[in-house]
Amino acid sequence: MKFTIGWLKDHLETKLNDSKIIDRLTNIGLEVESFNSQPSELDQFLIAKIVSSEKHPNADRLKVCEVDIGKNENVKVVCGAPNAKENLITIYAPPGAVIPKNQMKLSVSKIRGVTSYGMLCSEAELKLSNESNGITELSTNKYKSKIGKNYFSNKAAKVVDLSITPNRADCLGVKGIARDLAAAGSGKLRKKNLVRIKFYGSQNLRVKITKEKNQGCSIFGSLLIKDVKNQESPKWLKDKLLAIGQKPISAIVDITNYVMLDLNRPLHAYDADKIDTEIIVRNSKKGESFEALDNKKYVLDENMCVITDKSGILGLGGIIGGTRSATEFKTKNILLESAYFYPKSIRTTSRSLGIDTDAKHRFERGIDPNSIEEGLFVAAELIQKICGGTISKKNIETVERFKQHKISFPITKFQSITGLKASEKVVTKILDSLGFKVKKKKNILDLIVPSWRPDIEQEIDIVEEIARLIGYDKIATELPKKVRIKPTLNKQQRLFHFLQRSVASKGYLETVTWSFTDSKINNLFKEEKKEIEIVNPISSDLNVLRSSIFSNLIFYLKKNLERDFKDISMFEIGPIFTGSKPGEQEIVLGALKCGLASRLNWIEKERKLDVFDAKRDLIQTLCEIGLDQNIIKVDNKTPNYYHPGKSGVIYQDSLNKVPIAFFGEIHPNILQKAELKTDALVIFEIFLDRIKFQKEKLKDIKSKFQYSDFQKSERDFAFVIDKNFKVQELIKIISEVDKDLIKDIRVFDLYEGENIDKDKKSVALNVTIQSSQKSLTDDDLNKLNKLIISNVENKTGAKLRS
Amino acid sequence: MSDIIKIKEEYLNKLSEVSDLKQINQIKSELFGKSGKISNEFKKIGSLNSEERKGISSQLNATKSELQNFIEKKIKDIEINEINSKLKNEKVDVTLPERSFSRGKIHPVSQVIDEISSIFSEIGFSVEEGPDVENEYNNFTALNTPENHPARDMHDTFYLDKNKEILLRTHTSPVQVRTMLQGKPPFKIIAPGRTYRSDSDQTHAPMFHQVEGLHIDKNINMSHLKGCLNYFIKEFFEVDKIRMRFRPSHFPFTEPSAEVDIGYELKDGKIIIGEGDKWLEILGCGMVHPNVLRNVKVDPSKFQGYAFGIGIDRLAMLKYGINDLRAFFETDYRWLSHFGFDPLDVPSSYRGLSR
Repeated sequence: MKFTIGWLKDHLETKLNDSKIIDRLTNIGLEVESFNSQPSELDQFLIAKIVSSEKHPNADRLKVCEVDIGKNENVKVVCGAPNAKENLITIYAPPGAVIPKNQMKLSVSKIRGVTSYGMLCSEAELKLSNESNGITELSTNKYKSKIGKNYFSNKAAKVVDLSITPNRADCLGVKGIARDLAAAGSGKLRKKNLVRIKFYGSQNLRVKITKEKNQGCSIFGSLLIKDVKNQESPKWLKDKLLAIGQKPISAIVDITNYVMLDLNRPLHAYDADKIDTEIIVRNSKKGESFEALDNKKYVLDENMCVITDKSGILGLGGIIGGTRSATEFKTKNILLESAYFYPKSIRTTSRSLGIDTDAKHRFERGIDPNSIEEGLFVAAELIQKICGGTISKKNIETVERFKQHKISFPITKFQSITGLKASEKVVTKILDSLGFKVKKKKNILDLIVPSWRPDIEQEIDIVEEIARLIGYDKIATELPKKVRIKPTLNKQQRLFHFLQRSVASKGYLETVTWSFTDSKINNLFKEEKKEIEIVNPISSDLNVLRSSIFSNLIFYLKKNLERDFKDISMFEIGPIFTGSKPGEQEIVLGALKCGLASRLNWIEKERKLDVFDAKRDLIQTLCEIGLDQNIIKVDNKTPNYYHPGKSGVIYQDSLNKVPIAFFGEIHPNILQKAELKTDALVIFEIFLDRIKFQKEKLKDIKSKFQYSDFQKSERDFAFVIDKNFKVQELIKIISEVDKDLIKDIRVFDLYEGENIDKDKKSVALNVTIQSSQKSLTDDDLNKLNKLIISNVENKTGAKLRS
Repeated sequence: MSDIIKIKEEYLNKLSEVSDLKQINQIKSELFGKSGKISNEFKKIGSLNSEERKGISSQLNATKSELQNFIEKKIKDIEINEINSKLKNEKVDVTLPERSFSRGKIHPVSQVIDEISSIFSEIGFSVEEGPDVENEYNNFTALNTPENHPARDMHDTFYLDKNKEILLRTHTSPVQVRTMLQGKPPFKIIAPGRTYRSDSDQTHAPMFHQVEGLHIDKNINMSHLKGCLNYFIKEFFEVDKIRMRFRPSHFPFTEPSAEVDIGYELKDGKIIIGEGDKWLEILGCGMVHPNVLRNVKVDPSKFQGYAFGIGIDRLAMLKYGINDLRAFFETDYRWLSHFGFDPLDVPSSYRGLSR
């Protein structure tokens, strides 16, 4: 909503200066977006200095000038003026500027083979004087520090631009803003004299609002103005509109606009001679069409509120008029419309047709239904004053009367919500100046809400009115108490934060990517999950919700590889989506690591990353969050984006069938399809929501510290075993031979190849044995040795390697 | 007797000349071996009478331990010498690079969420979360934004179905709805999370982060709202004083509503939050609208309170001098390394919010 302070003062008597008014507007909830002059075409003309001037290579009388216009680089201008000399300060017009004298618009052009960017202007061209012999010469002393600045100062009145919240329909007119300021104690609302019009005859064009379901119009007021002479608006009116950036069209159109901006009362003027017989306000039928004032043809759906005559549609009520009945300079007779349309109907229609107009913006938020007559009379009087003519009596058709809204307001409510005490006197004064009718009954105020405030419905709305006009700054600042009744984070949330930092501490950079992704990449990681499409994506390559963290991670990995990074470790923790219903999502941590370990390192041997790099980071992380490495189970059933032979799944224990994590090398197909060029790429992912924790806290489950000082012994074994037999099982079998004595089992060698059958492998293990009761004798150890060997051989078919 | 002294002197001399372990071991066996000189002297004691025996044996014992101590000391000296001479050849260039390591980093959004949670934890808020995919009711209708309300235009919503019933939440406010529907007052929660609007330029990203705050109890009023936010902003920006302005505004789900501006100044192109004379809009808040309370089965005649919503990414940008919002989500390795935080830097009240 734009207006000038001068316009505001048409309605507000105030002693405040501009900046006080601006502050006050913001403080009462009418946010000032800007307070500037409307940009002018003359803003383009800059003070400039000729840095050098040389003869044009192909023309004797022309010069090529290097001109300093205050920017980083000088511009080159071809100029024919004899006085275009080095160091002259003059006025420069850039391409796009319009020369005041001949209204010529400049463009970049070639003059005899030399490109000229803009022009240096004479005083005559700028209408400064008649001097046309040579370019303007500005005094060096006065202007040398102003190179690059505007030559013409912008004298236009400064414009206030307010950002009006959707609840404040009443402030879409200057009068409403003045009323609010007056209520805040910033002045007095001027009372306007009632218009005095001599009416000639009645409005004899029949108007009918059809009674039907979904009728969007409840009141249609109109009058006729006959024998007008439409013309350009007078200067005061043009200036008012121009100042706020509106283009004057003709007196009749300008006046309807002016009344809308001034009183928030949209009007429409028809050329009465173009109306066929009568006006019927009705619902549209599907497929009806008309050409609107924006020169577009609209094909309508059913149930849109249309203003029609016998021949068809004249316009969309409250949204836009039609070209068929538009006023022109030659228009003689006018039908002036002032109506009330329901916000919901306006909104539905304008949304489905995609039309936004000033009238629509206002009706959608709620226009004062009691302003119909005022709007007609104010506009008619102005039209008569400017264009002459005679004004008929008004005709107001009503199908539904406006009902006053009443609220009983307990004064104590204000203090209970704001913590601020306000006297009945202050409250009453504020409400009164906002236009409420106030009646006091004990501690209750009986209020009648002004018709221009459709947003005020209940007690809390009254609290807000009083609070914003007294000022939020009057409300105390009560410092919070440091009391906690509930833990800040629950277990799941703590796990989230812990995992995030646990993985980052292993050298991974955390990233955050969109929750949506490109379906083409997502398909590589989606498996059997449903594709969740976004109906209105921001772009076609962000068209589905991600089914995996890796959809985006791989995409951005590629970008970073293209930036010439070779060894990259990064992860994201966030939601993936399994369905389109709320809650069909789960939190996943996905990490990737690519390239070489110890690249270009003088002390360590360079090698490709492999599945065991991913496994190390994953298992360490799982241990850190509190899982027992001896209880989790590893298997090799992984999703199809993992390398089928070099990847694993983790279950929380051997009974659990729900995977809590995957790790491995990525499937080579994915590298190929995503065109990733890297030495190696390993990934892992953890499904947080699937990890189950004991209910007890650490303090309840921490076991007693037990240790043994008796001598430890170590024994080495090498078993030749089936190639497919999992070492995890082998270790389990050994550890179960004697859970008390066997303290640790380490795999220190794996061998396949010569001297071993093709379908076998040799696994070498080191077993640590220690008793907590005594020093073990050779006998004890030998017994255990034999037991280990026999158990392994019997249960696995392995043979001790000799 | 004289034998013993002789042996002692002879061997102390010998020992003081030897310089390697082999010779010392040789001497050791010459003295204390089965037929070593000292051992032999001990054997002789048996043939002496008790009177003599007493004197000799104590002398012999003293000599034995003197020699032994001397030998021990000698061995240690030699060992130390050996180590010292070895060390001369054990020099490396320690300015060579160490074995490789790589530093991980926490994303600024995550760090700032932790900072925010830490601050609100101190004053008794707990963290709640809700789904990213929401139904139209929780995101709009329950929050007093019925269909056809112009306020719906303020949110450019991503929809997952043609009927516009399922959407990506446009703010974290639906967590209010879910929390209040599931529990009984009082409520004192914050809800950080991802939010979505189909908007994209320098200052808007189609996904961003918000933190919602909600405090509902008996007698919670606007002065508590002002106090809570004043506390939060001061703690977050780690300043002692801050200029703050509560400006009336409108949100369908709160009334009275306010937007909050904080004071700042520009110093060398950097924004300094605190007491400058410029205003920066930072968050929206207000008293929870009675219609919202009714929608979530909380009696507005008994309970009332405030809610607020803050843009997390924007807070991070302001605090840590980050210019471009979109860079948050573009996973540029250089950007992540530059703006990321060390994972061990966990914000907390006792260790401090940030370094």
